[in-house]
Parts: sequence; structure tokens; C-alpha cells
Amino acid sequence: MDMMKRVPITEQDAKVRATNFDEVCLGYTEEEAVEEAGRCLNCKNPMCVSGCPVSINIPAFIEQVKNRNFEKAYEIISESSALPAVCGRVCPQESQCEGKCVRGVKGEAVAIGKLERFVADWASAHGVKPQPAKEKKGKKVAVIGSGPAGLTCAGDLARIGYDVTIFEALHEAGGVLVYGIPEFRLPKEKVVAKEVENVKSLGVTIEKNVIIGKSITIDELMEEEGFEAVFIGSGAGLPRFMGIPGENANGVFSANEYLTRNNLMKAFKHYETPIHAGQKVVVVGGGNVAMDAARTALRLGADVHIVYRRSEAELPARVEEVHHAKEEGVVFNLLTNPTEILVNEEGWVKGIRVIKMELGEPDASGRRRPVEIPGSEYEIEADTVIMSLGTSPNPLITSTTEGLEANKKKCIVADEANGQTSKAGVFAGGDAVTGAATVILAMGAGKAAAKGIHAYLSEK
Amino acid sequence: MYSILKAEKLNENIYLMIVKAPRVAKHCLPGQFLIVKLDEKGERIPLTICDYDREQGTVTIVFQPVGASTEAMTALQTGDSFMDVVGPLGNPSELITGDLEETRKKKILFVAGGVGTAPVYPQVKWLHEHGVDADVIVGAKTKDLIILEKEMEAVAGNLYITTDDGSYGRSGMVTKVIEDLVAEGKQYDVCVSIGPMIMMKFCCLTTKKFDIPTIVSMNPIMVDGTGMCGACRLSVGDEIKFACVDGPEFDGHLIDFDEAMKRQQMYKTEEGRALLRLREGKTHHGGCGNCGGDN
Ligand SMILES: Cc1cc2nc3c(=O)[nH]c(=O)nc-3n(C[C@H](O)[C@H](O)[C@H](O)COP(=O)(O)OP(=O)(O)OC[C@H]3O[C@@H](n4cnc5c(N)ncnc54)[C@H](O)[C@@H]3O)c2cc1C
Ligand SMILES: Cc1cc2nc3c(=O)[nH]c(=O)nc-3n(C[C@H](O)[C@H](O)[C@H](O)COP(=O)(O)OP(=O)(O)OC[C@H]3O[C@@H](n4cnc5c(N)ncnc54)[C@H](O)[C@@H]3O)c2cc1C
Ligand code: SF4
Ligand code: SF4
Ligand code: FES
Repeated sequence: MDMMKRVPITEQDAKVRATNFDEVCLGYTEEEAVEEAGRCLNCKNPMCVSGCPVSINIPAFIEQVKNRNFEKAYEIISESSALPAVCGRVCPQESQCEGKCVRGVKGEAVAIGKLERFVADWASAHGVKPQPAKEKKGKKVAVIGSGPAGLTCAGDLARIGYDVTIFEALHEAGGVLVYGIPEFRLPKEKVVAKEVENVKSLGVTIEKNVIIGKSITIDELMEEEGFEAVFIGSGAGLPRFMGIPGENANGVFSANEYLTRNNLMKAFKHYETPIHAGQKVVVVGGGNVAMDAARTALRLGADVHIVYRRSEAELPARVEEVHHAKEEGVVFNLLTNPTEILVNEEGWVKGIRVIKMELGEPDASGRRRPVEIPGSEYEIEADTVIMSLGTSPNPLITSTTEGLEANKKKCIVADEANGQTSKAGVFAGGDAVTGAATVILAMGAGKAAAKGIHAYLSEK
Repeated sequence: MYSILKAEKLNENIYLMIVKAPRVAKHCLPGQFLIVKLDEKGERIPLTICDYDREQGTVTIVFQPVGASTEAMTALQTGDSFMDVVGPLGNPSELITGDLEETRKKKILFVAGGVGTAPVYPQVKWLHEHGVDADVIVGAKTKDLIILEKEMEAVAGNLYITTDDGSYGRSGMVTKVIEDLVAEGKQYDVCVSIGPMIMMKFCCLTTKKFDIPTIVSMNPIMVDGTGMCGACRLSVGDEIKFACVDGPEFDGHLIDFDEAMKRQQMYKTEEGRALLRLREGKTHHGGCGNCGGDN
């Protein structure tokens, strides 16, 4: 075996998977996992750990995998992460743990994410569950939102003995994990529903169909319903549009709408909610959300183009997703930006006019700024355009909560160390605070806030 | 589960339900809506809150079957339940959240079309309870389709009923009644128009002639109702607004109705097939050539 290379992982064939919604990556078998674990050097000063936002003790859990002690490996991961089956699948490992792994200097980094996923799936298959608290504290905490931040915060607080209720606006728990990230990357029944069940088995109550700020306010939760602390993990769900002509035409969707119709409302399984699948689809944007929308449209039978204004190196999506999208046949129009959506007489999209770009000076984000090349406009035929330009937090909660500070971008202002906001007893974390980020960061923020809430309530 | 305490057929085409939904009932105000979902596979259907009882924890909805999901709702009986009900959504009516003293000085005209009578009712009732008697025009195609007449009569200043075919009340569309009232010397400071988009469009064209500021309640296609998807977006003046969080009420003279009506038809083919499937069950074999005959 070549120790420079990682043990290859089995994936569904690109041609086959482009026509179904089953998971793309099939995961390691036990033998493969043990073999891959053998590549870890068990570094004294493990760089990988410094790359993981929640500092999972990576060498220690991998050591246990090597020794086929999977339950122990799961325990080690669980000390730092509440959602390993999710993070092992969706973390941008190449820029986090694996990006720092010393194995990666000369050869391929250890497949930390895939090993983490293996351990989590093993634990789930073998019925290993987190243990509920033995003693109850008799204090109520409300958690707003059931995404990774909320689930993690709720789970941690329940384990300490708090009486936790999660309030979720939608009819299903999981946040972006259920409405955004598609089935073929993150199976809903097998992974997300299980994680939600785990949190419930710790004694957490989930009340769905409650929109904080509309159905009830934070002040009422605290004053009338007896919650002594509140965690806000409401995410960043508001889609952005470009403001170009034609954007309200029939056949133009936000990625959130397209993905929600398919994932949450399960259009692909022929639930009642319709989806306009499209035959020639253009997706505008280059993040994970754009890749997910593109690959969803492909699976619904469309020819798909991605239009992104910078070059491949700047694509914010996970490398693995870009790679998978290409394999499946998504066409990338890079250094290209839309200027207008072309509309036919009936009000439907018939194409999109784009202009070529080149990279100029670096901007505030440190990335080179794309600049239009005059006279380079051309048209791409399309019957569907999916806008995937990022999202921002919904102002519903900040606008209905007295004394809760938000910044210019509508993000809630909260202390990174403990989630404390400008309002006593109210904590926040995840995308609601940072703007759209990652699952692992949201989870980390949920953990930090759980500690912050525990400290606050212990003193109170 | 949200149980249906009462299911009633108001006429051949319009149904009323009283649903247990304490969190919605506790906070809702006239002008707001809720979303119901029938069962696991159901669509999220937005419906205006037409009345509420805070003590009983109930809300009243009135609906008209137009597609597969609303058609399926007609089969629900007293004692059945919805899997999900969420709300209140959107903003309460401006007349209700605005300065009451100012509102009392205004001459208000409500124009309701068809099932739109139901969402108009709680606003007129609220105003009546707060000492404001508004004039109300209720229009429908024909006599049998007039709903809530008695209830409306009890709370309206003057009630003008009209039918397109002249079978009851005045004769002609609601726009004609507006013209007639103005010709009779009536003056209004504000008009609130709720009904099918096409009616609201023509109502706005009429009130514009007379310079009567007009509020409309928009009912575009929605998915989440919380600002997350953008399906409900509308052009209002030169801005883009999300009906679910910025509305549902807007300045009718600024709305691009033609665009909104086109957007409302977006899923017509997909939904048409679903409705055929529902109505004809397995006997529908796609003779029309539109659905590929796969069902
Ligand atoms: C399509 C897509 C693909 C992505 N891919 C990746 C990936 O591959 N890797 C990665 O790391 N990250 C990815 N992300 C980002 C990641 O999913 C988010 O950063 C993460 O989910 C944020 O978690 P959260 O708990 O803060 O918020 P969310 O997951 O957004 O959850 C917030 C929850 O709060 C609820 N809520 C909102 N307002 C209210 C209210 N007023 N009352 C009650 N409930 C409310 C919402 O309905 C939602 O369920 C992706 C995001 C999307 C959209
Ligand atoms: C804020 C809001 C409040 C509403 N309040 C009420 C209410 O109080 N009572 C009520 O009966 N309906 C109301 N509606 C409309 C109702 O939500 C729709 O009729 C319903 O969603 C249609 O679902 P469906 O699956 O049965 O029909 P679909 O299959 O979705 O539609 C069938 C056909 O009807 C057309 N259609 C869709 N929506 C409408 C509409 N709003 N008006 C006319 N035609 C439409 C479609 O273009 C399509 O051709 C409201 C909508 C909104 C957004
Ligand atoms: S949680 Fe994410 S970053 Fe941390 S070890 Fe796992 S895959 Fe890597
Ligand atoms: S840096 Fe790489 S090799 Fe070293 S402990 Fe971490 S995973 Fe193992
Ligand atoms: S219905 Fe989704 S944003 Fe309004």
C-alpha cells in the first residue's frame, strides 16, 4: 500500500448518481477505515486538531479506529462534537482539519472527515446513544431554531440537566440540514432525523410551527412562559437577489426556494408541492448552495450551467462538491457575471445575458476583485435561473426583541466566547450571528453558548 | 395536530373552518395569515385569518378550492385535524396598527370580492368595535356566492352588495359600484380591496382615477411564509418586496399586478396534473397528451 495516498472511498458512479437522490459517497467499510486510520502518524503536536473549529482530539479517535475500538472512538469525538455524522459529511475538511494534516505536506492528508463519518455511522448502526442527565436542574431554557447551532446548544444544556424546549418555525426540525443540503449529500432519515432523535432522547422538547417574533416574542417566553435563558440559533435564511432586469420572471428562483421545494417539501419524492425542474438551468453563484442547487437540477433531468464571477480557485464551495458536480456533468462558466435575465412574452425566462470578467486588485476579503471586460457580453439559453448569491439573517427576531443589538448586516451581536448578547439572559450563535457560515462553526457556537448559559444560570 | 372544531360549507364553492391553534389565536390581528399543512406530504397553504377567539384558542379560516391541495381540504370534517398550522404571519392591517384617532377621522371603503369577503370581515369588525364604521362593497359572480352577509351587515357602516349577473343586490362588478358611489357624491380617504388579483387590479385602476389611496392584500404563491424562499416576491414601485414578511398588504397603486398574476400561474401545469390525479384517481391516463401519460 502506498502510504502517501489515502484509501480510496467508494462512490456511486457519476452517470448513475446523476439520475438519483441517493447518497453519493458510500463511506468506508470497517476494513477500509482501519487501514486509513493506519496512515495517521499520531503526531505529538497534531496540526489537524488546530484546524478543527471544535478541536476534536483527532489522533486519539483515529488511534481507537486503528484498534477497532469504535465505541471508544465515538466517545472521544462526542466530547467535542454533537453532530459527527453531519460534520464528517459536510465540513470543508480541505481548509480545516485535513488542510493542516502533516501527511498532506508530501502526499494526501489522512481522510479525517471520512473516518469521523465512519465512526458516527457505526455508532448509529450499533445503537450507541448519548446519555441523558441524571439530575435535573429544574430550570427552563428556550432554544430558537433547530439547526446545528440550536440542536447542539439544546443537547449540551439537556445533558447538564436543564429543561430545554426548542422552538422551530418550520414543520420539521434540522434547519439547513433538512431544507437546504440535499439528500444525496446528507441523508435525511438515516442521518439528520437520527441526530434530532438523539437530542430528543436527552429530554429536549421540540415544538414546531412556532415563529419567535410572530407566534410569541422572546420577552413573552421569559416573562410569561418561565424560560430563564434563551438561545437564538435562527440562522441566516433570507435570500439575496441581484437586482438585475428580469429577476421576477417566471422560472427565476432563489436557491432557497428551489432547494426547499425539493428537500423540505420533497418534490423529488412526489409530495404535493410542485417544483419547476427546468430543462436548461443556469445557477448563479459558486458556493455550496450553488453546487447543491445545480446538482439537484441535474438529478431532476436538466442541463445545468453554473455562472460564477471569479475563477475556479475562488469558488467558495467544498472542493469535493465542485469535483462531484463536474463529474456529474455540470458545466462551469467561470469569470462570468449575469447582467440581465431575458424574458419571453408569457413572462417566462428564455435566457440569461452574461458578461465576461477578469480578476483585478484584491478586495476587502483578500480575493481578487472581478472586473467586467467591456464588450464581452453573450447570451446563454435557459428556461430556469437559480440565484444563489448568499443569504442574511432574518430581522424578525431582532426587530421584535427590546434591547437586542444587531449590526449593520442584521447579524445579532454576541460574544464569541459565551454567546452573550446585549440583552440579559439572551444568548445567540451560528449563522444568526456570523452570517452564512458552516455547520461546524454553528455547532461550535451552540456549544460555547451552552457553557455561557450554564455559567449565567449557575450564578443567577 | 391542530383539530378542526367546525367545518362548514358556506356555499357551493366556499368553506369555513374553526381550528384549534392557541399560539396563533393569542397573537393574531386582522390582516395576518397562517399556513396550514394537511398531512405529511401536503403543501403549505397560506390562508387569511378571518376571525379568532383568544379565549378558546381558535382561529377561523374561509377558503375556496382552486387546486389539488385546497380541493383535498374540502374533504375535512369537524373532528379531523391539520398536521401543521403556523402563524400568525405577515403584518396586521395598517388601519389597525395605525393611530386610532387618525383612523377615526377617515372615511374608509372596503371592497371585497368573492372569498375575499372573509378577510375583509375581521378588519371591518375590528374597526366597528373601535368606533369606526366603514362602508363595504361585497361583490360576487352570482347570488349563491355571497358569503358572510349577515355578519358583515352587523359591523359595516353601509353595505353594498353587487352581483355580476344582477341576481342579487346591485348589478355589475365592484368597480362599477365604486364609480356609482363616487357619482352619488360619496367621498373616501382610503380604500381597502381584497379579492382575486384581477379584481384588485381593476379596483386600483378605478380608485386611482378618483385619487383614493388603496391598500390591497396580496396572495402570491408562497412556500415558507417567513421570508426564506422569495417565492412570494412582488414589484412594488421600483422595489422588490416579499409579501409574506413585508406584506401581505401593500399600496395597490404601486403594485405590478400583471407581473404578479403571471407569477401566480407559475405552477399551473404541474398543479393541473396534480388536480386531475386527485379528481380522477387512477382512471386518469393522460389522454390530453400533456402529462406524458405516466399516471
Ligand atoms: C444549500 C446549503 C448547503 C450548505 N452546505 C454546507 C456544507 O457543505 N458544509 C457546511 O459546513 N455548511 C454548509 N452550509 C451552511 C450551513 O448549513 C449553515 O452554516 C448552518 O446550517 C447554520 O446553522 P444554524 O444552526 O446557525 O442555522 P440554520 O441551520 O439556518 O437553522 C436555523 C433554524 O432556525 C429556524 N428559525 C429561524 N427563524 C426562526 C424564528 N423566528 N423562530 C423559530 N425558528 C426560527 C429556521 O427555520 C431553521 O430551522 C450550507 C448551507 C446551505 C443553505
Ligand atoms: C397571504 C395569503 C392569504 C390567502 N388567503 C386565502 C383565503 O383566506 N382563502 C382562500 O381561499 N385562499 C387564500 N389564499 C390563496 C390560497 O393560498 C391558494 O388558493 C392556495 O394556496 C391554492 O393551493 P392549491 O394547491 O389548492 O392550488 P394550486 O394548485 O396551487 O393552484 C391552482 C390554480 O389556482 C391558481 N391560484 C393559486 N393561488 C391562487 C390565488 N391566491 N387566487 C387565485 N388563484 C390562485 C394557480 O395559479 C393555479 O392555476 C391566500 C394566499 C395568500 C398568499
Ligand atoms: S468536525 Fe469537521 S473540521 Fe473537525 S475534525 Fe471533523 S471534519 Fe474535521
Ligand atoms: S496531523 Fe494528520 S497525521 Fe498528524 S495526527 Fe493529525 S491526522 Fe494524524
Ligand atoms: S413565502 Fe417564502 S419568502 Fe415569502
